[in-house]
Amino acid sequence: MQYVFQFGDVFAAWPLLLQGTVSTLQLSILAMLMGLVVAVLCAWGKTSGPALLRFVINAYIELIRNTPFLVQLFFFFFALPALGLRWSAYTAALTAMVVNLGAYATEIIRAGIESIPKGQIEAGLALNLKRHEIFRFIILKPALKAIYPALTSQFILLMLSSSVVSAISADDLTSVAANLQSQTFRSFEIYIVVAAIYLLLALSFSALFRLIYRLSLNYPDRR
Amino acid sequence: MRTFGFAEFLFILEAAKWTVALSMIAFVGGAVGGLIIALCRTSANALARWLSGGFILIFQGTPLLLQLFLVFFGAPILGFDVNPWLAAGVALILNSSAFLGEIWRGCIQAIPAGQVEAAHALSLSYVSRMRDIILPQAFKIALAPTVGYMVQIIKGTSLAAIIGFVEVTRSGQIINNATFQPLIVFSVVAAIYFALCWPLSFLAARMERQQAAALTR
Repeated sequence: MQYVFQFGDVFAAWPLLLQGTVSTLQLSILAMLMGLVVAVLCAWGKTSGPALLRFVINAYIELIRNTPFLVQLFFFFFALPALGLRWSAYTAALTAMVVNLGAYATEIIRAGIESIPKGQIEAGLALNLKRHEIFRFIILKPALKAIYPALTSQFILLMLSSSVVSAISADDLTSVAANLQSQTFRSFEIYIVVAAIYLLLALSFSALFRLIYRLSLNYPDRR
Repeated sequence: MRTFGFAEFLFILEAAKWTVALSMIAFVGGAVGGLIIALCRTSANALARWLSGGFILIFQGTPLLLQLFLVFFGAPILGFDVNPWLAAGVALILNSSAFLGEIWRGCIQAIPAGQVEAAHALSLSYVSRMRDIILPQAFKIALAPTVGYMVQIIKGTSLAAIIGFVEVTRSGQIINNATFQPLIVFSVVAAIYFALCWPLSFLAARMERQQAAALTR
């Protein structure tokens, strides 16, 4: 092995890498928030909506969970514009991520809602709690606690799979890497550094999620 | 200009065999690697635990696409030819080793400690303890999540399209470039993946329900 590693060009491009990291963060956080809204609505529809709505939501979930994210991305970026929809690579990428996360998170949230025993809600009614109090203290918080690990690891998976949006040249960390690669030809060094940045992002997210858990959900469970 | 006809459909459908072949390679290789990782994670040796933990952290904490790129651009540095088969195969095997290893670690640890203690009391060797006591029981728990993970592997092979491996997604791109009918092309591509993945998802969900029913009995 006579390969000489040259990280100079990679580190010299740190403003670009930083910009790419910010884009990836922005894209992921937006998709997490919007995907969560989609998932809560779909979970509500799936647990208490009419039969037709339940069928549509089930079809959506199965369709998204059984096809690759890359194909969904191509569908949103190439196929929908052919129907007359005009949007940028960024919007297509964000939409694909929201739709993808929505399907996975719906199932997670539904499981959380169903994990609350009916007796607890009845106990809340017996204590004369108001509807929103029952929802907030008896359903939402314990349900959130029950699904917290699954939901947050889905968020991290989403952040990592966002690297795929570089395939349609949406702005993100991986497409910054691809551009740098074509300018400097130091592909291996660039991808090592970028993979390390992703690892750092994944670790930071998981530390942040653990902190949020400790601050707001760390109370003893019934056993 | 070509229009999307039966010949184009067949071209994409035939590429499905490369998706299936790559998925098989990734699963078989990942199963061997995953078993090693799972055994290391649960071993008494601190170094083995630490190394396998690092392996899992790196492969679960970075995007699969970047792992593909690193193998693809790293192979020539180690003196191998840049070959999409090799790059995609190696990257997917490493990735599924990490994920299957973590799934199976959980299954091994789910076996009650009393079983291990009983095996110790009978003075069984490590090999016989694992082969005759722990792994057969862990296998039963592992079956449903493993089938579920196969779906992730099949979907993961689509990323090989980005480094030029001609499987379903890449053949879809090729046909789309020739026909400019993305709606039908990518619907067909998605339908092929769905046909491959959905039966596995269905099977995994059914096995999970049966297991849950068996546990509550």
